Amino acid sequence: MQKIPQKIIHTRYLRHRKKFPHVWCPGCSNGIVLGAIMRAIDELKWKRSNTAMVSGIGCSSRMPVYVDFNTLHSLHGRAIAYATGIKMFKPEMNVMVVTGDGDATAIGGNHFIHAARRNIDLTVILINNYIYGMTGGQYSPTTPTGDIATTTPYGNIDPVFDICELAMGAGATFVARTTAYHALEAQSFIKQALEHKGFSLVEIISACPVIYGKLNKKGDAIAMMNAMKKNAVSLKAWEKLPEDKLKGKIKRGILRNEIRPEYTDEYAKLVQKVQGGK
Amino acid sequence: MTKNNIESKVVLMQGNEAVARGAIDAGVNFFAGYPITPSTEIAEICSVELPKRGGKFIQMEDEIASISAIIGASLAGAKTMTATSGPGFSLMQEGIGFAKMTETPCVVVNVMRGGPSTGLPTKPSQADIMQTRWGNHGDAPAIVLYPDSVLESYELAIRAVNLSEKYRTCVVLLLDEVLGHMREAVTLPDLAKVKIINRIKPTIPPEWYKHYEDNPKYIHPLASYGEGYRFHVTGLAHDAYGFPTNRADETAVMMERLDKKIKHHLNDLVQIESFYMDDARTAIFAAGISARAAKTAVLMARKSGKKVGLLRPLTIWPFPDDAIRKYMKNVRNIFVPELNQGQLLNEVKRAMGGVWNYESRRSRKIIPIQKNDGQLITPADIINKMKEVK
Ligand SMILES: Cc1ncc(C[n+]2csc(CCOP(=O)(O)OP(=O)(O)O)c2C)c(N)n1
Ligand code: SF4
Ligand SMILES: [Mg+2]
Repeated sequence: MQKIPQKIIHTRYLRHRKKFPHVWCPGCSNGIVLGAIMRAIDELKWKRSNTAMVSGIGCSSRMPVYVDFNTLHSLHGRAIAYATGIKMFKPEMNVMVVTGDGDATAIGGNHFIHAARRNIDLTVILINNYIYGMTGGQYSPTTPTGDIATTTPYGNIDPVFDICELAMGAGATFVARTTAYHALEAQSFIKQALEHKGFSLVEIISACPVIYGKLNKKGDAIAMMNAMKKNAVSLKAWEKLPEDKLKGKIKRGILRNEIRPEYTDEYAKLVQKVQGGK
Repeated sequence: MTKNNIESKVVLMQGNEAVARGAIDAGVNFFAGYPITPSTEIAEICSVELPKRGGKFIQMEDEIASISAIIGASLAGAKTMTATSGPGFSLMQEGIGFAKMTETPCVVVNVMRGGPSTGLPTKPSQADIMQTRWGNHGDAPAIVLYPDSVLESYELAIRAVNLSEKYRTCVVLLLDEVLGHMREAVTLPDLAKVKIINRIKPTIPPEWYKHYEDNPKYIHPLASYGEGYRFHVTGLAHDAYGFPTNRADETAVMMERLDKKIKHHLNDLVQIESFYMDDARTAIFAAGISARAAKTAVLMARKSGKKVGLLRPLTIWPFPDDAIRKYMKNVRNIFVPELNQGQLLNEVKRAMGGVWNYESRRSRKIIPIQKNDGQLITPADIINKMKEVK
């Protein structure tokens, strides 16, 4: 991995006009993920004009406005469906989706599983902060059971989604998970996901110290980062851990990487067939 | 034109088929949809025809995904359409608002069926007229077209696509269930003579491009994703670059543009048919399938010497206020037959009340003829009502 000075990355990919300071709270992980995305794209040397970033609604979904790509800040839960329209019409474009745990797996769960099933070539970067950050801390499908949210004042009784398992069950062909603490690993996973032909998901466990952290006494941003460092174990280490040590741990790594026919390719073949070609 | 040539253009066609053909002839090259009676044939025909012409068809997982996908594709440069009916149309409202707010061209066909809820899937209804106007939350005008024949379904499908491109907005094409499934012999116009409108593309360099630059006509060029103009699109209130704003002055400019770009072009947008209205003393105001019954009723009444006419909007939104005032000036009674509980009636009252208090003038009335049980209004229903009201 080459090291490129942060400043150069910033001037290359951030919008110069008007849009700073950003909306995120101090200590929020969203900026770390944005950095990882920009560096991954820089490694790939992707043309900005040929790259689209689509998001839904949420703190995480505020990301597109800052980057100098073709950007679409769509509706809550619908980012993947909007992105599907772009990719389907212009398969030559690189289309990524930035979304949150609520955006992608609660209100947008249907689009998430169906895009994975189709194996359409989108890269979904899902920032999982275990909470609805933007609306002030209500529980999401990934808020751990027992945790406090503004709408689970007595503790959350909902079981949680394992987002990577959900994606794999639905047919995603590249699935990886890491944390905002592991920023370079995030960069590497994002790069591989972007290169992957087919539906890819990178789940990035993130810190929302201002809301989730505060409600659940997780300490400040640094404490939350340290917790990620401690609790997120690599695949190799995970396999060696005895069952009783797995509680509270997060599995990090590339959980699936396989090739299956990609949707827009299949459609192109269909068009060829219909038009009488072979 | 040779005889052969003419014959090849006369075809027996269903309303739904006419819509699909019209849209494709107007250049629609991307369709995303979800099946629902009575609109499904439109999706089916697009799935057959689009790949033949290098266009794209995708059946999405629901109507929310469908409207989202067409907006996404439109931003990438496609001419797009989806088709649905009541329940699906309700699901699309948030997306329709997004298309209006972001000024992204797209066409939504709503083949109306009985409601509310699942209602009467295979029966006609005209109860979505108000939803097409006020369905999405927030203030935003609507462009809605409403044909009364198979040929006109073809023509208005073309017009819907044209207007969406020209005004950068979501245009709704309303169709009656009966029309969607009715077959009529139609003579399609020579496509070479049909005017096709494409969105204006920016000519200035990308660095200078403002996605929402204001101009006196309130319509501005739209770049496509992937062509060098890297612009931002958001459903939040935005400035000329498309960046979110909370500023009152910038929001006001945006809201004014959404409104004015329709209101400043009423001459272009509003289309009406006036049928025996010139000397009419009694008028019928009706749209879509009810206007067909009204036409027969007019002819029947004329035969018995009564001066009856019909005013029919082909554009129901923006509502043809001025035309109504003009044509109804010398009319005594206005009958409003419709398959709902007064959605057009109230608009006619509003339009007439705006100029002079129509009903307060002695012996002038605006009279409803309404059904909402899945049955059509017949010419006899209209004639009988006219006899009742003296
Ligand atoms: C249709 C709709 N319902 C509800 C909302 C309110 N809303 C905005 S963001 C959000 C939750 C976002 O949570 P998540 O996707 O996890 O993003 P985060 O803010 O945590 O990054 C909700 C419920 C909305 N904007 N639209
Ligand atoms: S509320 Fe949480 S997720 Fe949202 S910006 Fe603040 S720290 Fe980040
Ligand atoms: Mg969240």
